[in-house]
Amino acid sequence: MIPSEFEYCRAGSVEEALDLLAQKGPDAKILAGGHSLLPAMKLRLNSPGAVIDISGIGELSYIKEEGSHLVIGACTTHGDIAKSTLLSEKIPMIVEAAAEIGDVQVRNKGTIGGSLAHADPAADWPASLLAGEAEIVLASSSGERTVAAVDFFQGLFTTDLGENELITEIRLPIPDAYTKSTYVKFEQPASRFAIVGCAASITRSNGSCDKVRVAFTGVSSTPFRDQAVEQALEGQAPSDDNIEAAAEKAAMSVEVMGDHFASQEYRKHLAKVYARRALQAVLS
Amino acid sequence: MASIIGKSVKRVEDKRFLTGKGNFTDDIVLPGMTYASIVRSHHAHAKINSVDISQATAVDGVVAVFTGTDIANAEIGGVPCGWQVDFKNGDTMKEPPHPLLVADKVRFVGDAVAVVIAETAAAAQDGAELVSVDYEMLEAVVQGPDALAADAPLVHDDVPHNTCYDWELGDKTATDEAIENAEHVTKLEFVNQRLIPNAIEPRAAIGHYEEASEKYTLYTTSQNPHLIRLLLSAFVLGLPEHKVRVISPDVGGGFGSKIPHYIEEALMVWCSGQIKRPVKWTAERNESFMTDTHGRDHVTKAEMGFDADGKIEGLRVKTVANLGAYLSTFSTCVPTYLHGTLLQGLYTTPAIHIDLTAVFTNTTPVDALRGAGRPEATYLLERLLDNAAREMNVDPAELRFKNFIPPFDGVDQPGYQTQVALQYDSGNYQPVLEKALDMVDYQEFRTRQAEAREEGRLLGIGFSTYIEACGIAPSAVVGSLGARAGLYESAQVRVQPTGKVSVYVGSHSHGQGHETTFAQVVADKLGIAMEDVEIVHGDSESVAFGMGTYGSRSLAVGGSAIMKSIDKVLEKGAKIAAHKLEVAETDLEFANGQWTVKGSDQSIGFGDVALTAYVPHDYPEGLEPGMDFSSFYDPANFTYPFGAHIAVVEVDPETGKVKLERFVACDDVGNVINPMIVDGQLHGGIAHGIGQALYEGAIYDESGQLVSASFMDYTMPRADDLPMFELDRTVTPCPHNPLGVKGAGEAGTIAATPAVVNAVIDALSPFGVSDITMPLTPERVWKAMQTQTKEAAI
Amino acid sequence: MGVPISVTVNGQHRESEVDSRTLLVQFIREELRLTGTHVGCDTSSCGACTIIMDGKAVKSCTVLAASANGSDITTIEGLAQNGELHPLQEGFKEEHGLQCGFCTPGMIMTAVQLLEDNPQPSEAEIRHGLEGNYCRCTGYHNIVKAIYHASRKYKEVSHG
Repeated sequence: MIPSEFEYCRAGSVEEALDLLAQKGPDAKILAGGHSLLPAMKLRLNSPGAVIDISGIGELSYIKEEGSHLVIGACTTHGDIAKSTLLSEKIPMIVEAAAEIGDVQVRNKGTIGGSLAHADPAADWPASLLAGEAEIVLASSSGERTVAAVDFFQGLFTTDLGENELITEIRLPIPDAYTKSTYVKFEQPASRFAIVGCAASITRSNGSCDKVRVAFTGVSSTPFRDQAVEQALEGQAPSDDNIEAAAEKAAMSVEVMGDHFASQEYRKHLAKVYARRALQAVLS
Repeated sequence: MASIIGKSVKRVEDKRFLTGKGNFTDDIVLPGMTYASIVRSHHAHAKINSVDISQATAVDGVVAVFTGTDIANAEIGGVPCGWQVDFKNGDTMKEPPHPLLVADKVRFVGDAVAVVIAETAAAAQDGAELVSVDYEMLEAVVQGPDALAADAPLVHDDVPHNTCYDWELGDKTATDEAIENAEHVTKLEFVNQRLIPNAIEPRAAIGHYEEASEKYTLYTTSQNPHLIRLLLSAFVLGLPEHKVRVISPDVGGGFGSKIPHYIEEALMVWCSGQIKRPVKWTAERNESFMTDTHGRDHVTKAEMGFDADGKIEGLRVKTVANLGAYLSTFSTCVPTYLHGTLLQGLYTTPAIHIDLTAVFTNTTPVDALRGAGRPEATYLLERLLDNAAREMNVDPAELRFKNFIPPFDGVDQPGYQTQVALQYDSGNYQPVLEKALDMVDYQEFRTRQAEAREEGRLLGIGFSTYIEACGIAPSAVVGSLGARAGLYESAQVRVQPTGKVSVYVGSHSHGQGHETTFAQVVADKLGIAMEDVEIVHGDSESVAFGMGTYGSRSLAVGGSAIMKSIDKVLEKGAKIAAHKLEVAETDLEFANGQWTVKGSDQSIGFGDVALTAYVPHDYPEGLEPGMDFSSFYDPANFTYPFGAHIAVVEVDPETGKVKLERFVACDDVGNVINPMIVDGQLHGGIAHGIGQALYEGAIYDESGQLVSASFMDYTMPRADDLPMFELDRTVTPCPHNPLGVKGAGEAGTIAATPAVVNAVIDALSPFGVSDITMPLTPERVWKAMQTQTKEAAI
Repeated sequence: MGVPISVTVNGQHRESEVDSRTLLVQFIREELRLTGTHVGCDTSSCGACTIIMDGKAVKSCTVLAASANGSDITTIEGLAQNGELHPLQEGFKEEHGLQCGFCTPGMIMTAVQLLEDNPQPSEAEIRHGLEGNYCRCTGYHNIVKAIYHASRKYKEVSHG
């Protein structure tokens, strides 16, 4: 219940946070909403020497349109994202994913940046960010770099985030008006994390599916874009048969996880069901 | 004045909880208090080679560290079991000790090895992390039936075959014959899975030794403080009972898991005596998962034989009950006297036999959990009945009507003698099912179900008509069955000089609303305002004695004790009133708080009589002053509530996910004092029963690790998993207690589980599915559909 | 390693120095002795520790006291005004929305935000809004009714 001792450092700005990160070294952890880090610290599964609290940095909490992108500050809470009309209009799957996370109290405090850094394989965020072709902005005292979501997620609790880096922003290209998206989820009943979370974004033109992006979370140790599904539907008419055929290809190329809530076999089956449900929802 | 019995009076206790002023054990801070953290085994079965506490004692703020060796050296016995069950051959059950801290070997994940006491909870936890235990791993046995294997590792070296006892009840020969000669036999082999209770308040205990007075106080999250005091004094620590005070303040839910006497209670008291300061321990949820006694865990094979007409001819049951690593207080009576004795159900079954073996395994000890034995019995019966109906192509409701015991009121008609020892008090079973069928609109449902199937939708309906034995229990009867305590209850009614009334009850309220229901009874019987009645419970210093709250006994047994004391008050009051009014007692009648001379307007009020009792200047000769009466009530029989529950579900054919559409219940709990509270008890019970059917289940891996040791891994029903419950009732009063009440705390849990499972099986009947292991997770339901579909295709 | 914090709790300004690892719920319970906020788990699941922090329902077991610096907090003790129960507290009493009372403060604080966001919720919306709170006693039936009761009261108040 009580974390091990650590040094508490409050950062008032991104600059200060980066300085502290450089100063405290690899033993330091960033605390944003705290809803991934603190539970692990309370169970003493994670005992950092220093905690750098960025929750007070107002400049990291925003949702705005910036040219061809919608950008979300890393300290924006799931709750604020779930209530964003801007995102709801432009990229509904982002709002839908946010609304599926945890519960209302968790969404009020947990942040998108914190969740991404933690990289729980059953977290809700990765699917919609992968399908939305998001980029993640990482800052360190030596500068800033932008990583595509598809390169960011590297494995179980593993990302491209460097030890001295901080996630500052999530950037999403604004899709054209002919694009629809959704996030659907089969939840683990106890934790309400995703057993299967599927995001689909489809751009249609002339009665066919022009661009199809389908991504999963919860299914494998790393969230992934499912190109087999995408390719099966791209260029096709959105008929029930085509949707069914595309969904059948779900999760074929990955090592599917199994646990006492869902075996490999069942999870794989659910991936197909939820791929179809997502595609149907988008194309209906 | 209109009677307040039967009225939904709002609860007296609510205000403090609603404003954050409840007083739970963990809320209590005593001067000089220290904090304990317990070092627990991460292994299910391992020999302890050594325990190194040197690093822990060096932590800043650590006050003391004790290990199993310290406990052994202090010659402290373990926590005892309260109920002896003998082997079939007459040998006494095996009763290995459960020490406060183990010294030799650990026997389950969570077994306590050492305790670290510090100035702060954080320091105690830091210290506990640094206690280093050298273990030698041993093979573990986890599942009940595995414990009986010839080569199974022994949980206790001196308990052969890990067998605590074997036990039987009923007529074996007659039952074997009945099953053999039956026209149709329905068979079911199933696991009634292990559940983790999860009262939302984690257990906590504060031991407080006061050197000057040599008094020990224990604050604890217990459903029965006096029982804890008795066990603590007489069996565990050998303390003088009059120097021990046990207080159960507000307790945040029990559900059976706060009945047992736990090692932590004795440990905190002992530690406080050692360091001469108060010591507090509060369980983390993770500890609750590992160490609160678990429930159920039966592996059962059951057969029910029917004649050609669908009448039940016989019931044969064979069960292995997993008791976990040690015997908890009531663990031994749950699978036997609270389970085997309930196998008659509501039916006229002429031959019943149960053969049961109780075993030790490397798992958390098992004890009573809401319903305790009765849910297991009801599950078995009700699953068999719905399956039999399907197999024989009879309507499941019709099959029940055909087999119900005919009505009997226990007054003009005698009680019903079952084949399994009990005698039911009163019952009228047909109306509850009729009413429930009306409520659910059964015929309409069957039409809707058929239409839905045409569209590929899977709707199902499931039945459960149950009986339970509660109002526990007649002392002589339970004594003859092995109980090591009486199961009466005590109540003291103290009329204050101003006519206000304090009532000291041995029952303990941890959500049941005693402060309201008991006050209703007292106010009604004495004809005074409820505000003038205070119910006091939970403190061994103020309440003379008590056996506590479990087995839906508080009103039936504790309420009856109150009634006895009220009778004494009124008897004495009448003497004083007669004296004051200068008439004979027989000329008086008592109503609305007044003794009135029959046929006149001469009267004297309750308050005046009370005052006279304490200011006895003008007083009946030979009568003692004062008005304060204690009573012990030992019930004549158990009470037997019953009812009919019906669940309606829809199964997602693609994912197997079950949605509970409706839940309808018609219960008969005897007379009802406060319908609002009774309904609330039923709601909670039903949710718990649904939890077992669809969500809950402890998961151990083969090595004995508890995989489901947090709310992230153990599913409990949430608000959005459940529908509004639709309740109604019939009233068949209990003939043998003064209030005619039966009990309502466990009924929902007992009834709901099979209703829900039967509904899912019914939904899946096109697939020919006859059983799915609980909990009915989406995967299990989906797999059942796959298997059967494939088989049908072949 | 004391961290100075300054917070407003139930309208009262509080200055303190906390240990870096002190959780907000510990600060509230142990230092401020506001013990109506409860701890029921260690995985941010049960919701018994829910408080209102800067207008939002938050699980105070998953916030460092140090991080709460500068925030405005309401606990169950701060809900009743001038001895008058809040409509939710009244709803829970009227509809028997509590039994043991342990989860109740967290339930009520969660419902405070629920009704603030959605003053006239449907049954389904109420149930969904309680997904972060466990109750083992009531089967949620009367909690749903209690919140509905309060929502009607809100309506009466807002419609004069």
